[in-house]
Amino acid sequence: MSANPSHRDSTFPHRHLLGIEGLQPHEILGLLDRAEEAIEISRQVEKIKPVLRGRTQINLFFENSTRTQSSFELAGKRLGADVMNMAVSQSSVKKGETLIDTAATLNAMHPDILVVRHNAAGAVHLLARKVSCSVINAGDGQHEHPTQALLDALTIRRHKGKIARLTVAICGDITHSRVARSNIILLNALGARVRVIAPSTLLPSGIEKMGVEVFRDMKEGLKGVDIVMMLRLQRERMNGAFIPSVREYYRYYGLDQEKLAYANDDALVMHPGPMNRGVEIDPAVADGPQSLIREQVEMGVAVRMAVLEALAAHLPNS
Amino acid sequence: MVHDSPKPLVLTNARVIDPARGLDAPGAVILADGVILAAGPEAANQGAPDGAQVIDCAGAVVAPGLIDMCVSVGEPGHEHRETFASASQAAASGGVTTICTMPETDPVIDDPALVDFILRRARDTAIVNVRPLAALTKGLEGNDMTEIGLLQEAGAIAFTNGHKAIRNPQILRRIMTYARDFDALVIHHVEDPDLGGGVMNAGLNASWKGLSGVPREAEIIALERDLRLVGMAKGRYHANLLSTAESARVLAIGKDRGLDVTAGVSINHLTQNENDIGAYRTFFKMSPPLRDEDDRQAMIAALKDGTIDVIVSNHDPQDVETKRHPWAEAEDGAIGLETLLAASLRLHHSEDLDLLTLLAKMTINPARRLGLDSGRLCAGAPADVIVFDPDRPWVLEKKNILSRSKNSPFEDARFSGRTLRTIVAGRTVYTYD
Repeated sequence: MSANPSHRDSTFPHRHLLGIEGLQPHEILGLLDRAEEAIEISRQVEKIKPVLRGRTQINLFFENSTRTQSSFELAGKRLGADVMNMAVSQSSVKKGETLIDTAATLNAMHPDILVVRHNAAGAVHLLARKVSCSVINAGDGQHEHPTQALLDALTIRRHKGKIARLTVAICGDITHSRVARSNIILLNALGARVRVIAPSTLLPSGIEKMGVEVFRDMKEGLKGVDIVMMLRLQRERMNGAFIPSVREYYRYYGLDQEKLAYANDDALVMHPGPMNRGVEIDPAVADGPQSLIREQVEMGVAVRMAVLEALAAHLPNS
Repeated sequence: MVHDSPKPLVLTNARVIDPARGLDAPGAVILADGVILAAGPEAANQGAPDGAQVIDCAGAVVAPGLIDMCVSVGEPGHEHRETFASASQAAASGGVTTICTMPETDPVIDDPALVDFILRRARDTAIVNVRPLAALTKGLEGNDMTEIGLLQEAGAIAFTNGHKAIRNPQILRRIMTYARDFDALVIHHVEDPDLGGGVMNAGLNASWKGLSGVPREAEIIALERDLRLVGMAKGRYHANLLSTAESARVLAIGKDRGLDVTAGVSINHLTQNENDIGAYRTFFKMSPPLRDEDDRQAMIAALKDGTIDVIVSNHDPQDVETKRHPWAEAEDGAIGLETLLAASLRLHHSEDLDLLTLLAKMTINPARRLGLDSGRLCAGAPADVIVFDPDRPWVLEKKNILSRSKNSPFEDARFSGRTLRTIVAGRTVYTYD
């Protein structure tokens, strides 16, 4: 689909991207439009648009990540930035002091953009207050993962032509998912109807007031749905603490062909990865014709290029 | 057991008591094809179906068969204590037509395949209905929740951690929350395992006997905690065995707050108190422990005012290997299926409870709580019916005990009230002669 020029012109007035919360709908759409352009660049032989030439981007990952980190790395490089990856081991950053120290150290290196993932909610916000560069939240605890929500939105829009008035079901471990929180905010901002489907033990308290319709029965919840977003279930939650067993979870909440048949015929299936095949999703569905899971990865690079480019506009030029 | 279709049965000249509709009137009950066709005064004027056997009840009571929500059977793992065959014979002789079996077996009933095993064994060997209760946590260890959905699909009627409370409130809260999604009833033993570490009711009696006590607070605190968790999880909850006056008050407050909570009491706590222990007689050792006379009376009052919903036998067969020990080392538990009806009729004869109220606690109340269509005498309900004479005297002699274990606290007790006939799914499975 083609980008809407009116969104192209809208500026992105933020120095950081810490979450979807606080973004205006036109700002979100503006980022998606930029991302459309980035897709074109990424599909060229010469995948470069040097808007970040001479800039330094540091990927600071306090939590292990393969796909998000490499996606940000690629995005930065395609925009001409010098990208450095810093993996910080968990053990060395247990104290809040150390996080601040790390920030001060990094700040002294004069980076232009920091991409941060941390296992504690709010850690990225804390860091953003202590450095003088732009900060992008690449996931903070169970709070937000804004670029994931943006890439999901981009993927949906490219296939459905819109976000507004679509019905999107987010299924699985809502309680522990930053992806779910960012998506709930973004999809609501763009006028989608959002459902969550999960056993009560994986729903945060007050979920009914978070702008979603709540379903405990997956078949019921999938009726009339345009998009099915599956979430990853962490292994440590599978054996009796939150759900009794993998086989019971798969029986009631695993997305298989039978349950997917309750959704609209043209419903599309998404998953932020990495997948547990046979736990939350049937391999036949994950690899089936309705799956957008691989395409989400491509959209990830494009969306991160768009975010980097939007923030670059605020970087000091002298 | 081969089940050919039983002949239609007409019970005439009966005092028909159906607590579900508050009926206590002369009349008849007609059974055919495993269900009730008609029951009450109007049934007396109906003709008998073709080929029906007509039984003159001579004024005896005809009532729904009793449903016992708390029965331990030794099968699998402790068949020397009790089997489905022996437990169901005992049940039938006591007027009990449905037993809900506790999951405290070896192995523990925490897997759908084991629920299936119980249902198949019961089908092949039991003469009354068997409804398995499944474990709430794996191995009853109080840590990891069981497959409540799959167990329910396999036929588990409700879920319990047996005679062991779940210590960790966060775990219990999550289980209640998860169980709610399946509308599953959580049946819990309310005794704080740390505070309740003693071996008899705490107090002067225990002090003189030199035994460690289980304070009432062990139960009260556990119940108060559970009700708070029910308030958070919004699930269906049943306190299995209450024993103290204060517990009844706590439960009543929970009900007033609109919680979906019910409670049971064992027949032992309605008919005995800690003085019955006498010279360390271990057949009176049970959990919760027998309390004092004030508590016993409070339990009866709580039945009367509706705070306590259900009476159970808490049938728990133990053999000499587990009972013939010094008090503190002996196992808890007493058998009670054969004496459930007779012992409960003591409350009727003492004029504490009328027959309708008393029978409701063992028929329609457990049926409603468990979602069973039995426990009532309406047309179409399963033909699980008993005939009993509320005044017939008899004595429980050890040699006549049908249960494979003989640990009855009612040995040599005199009763007024006797089951004369027990009918399960239209078939007579017990007659007294």
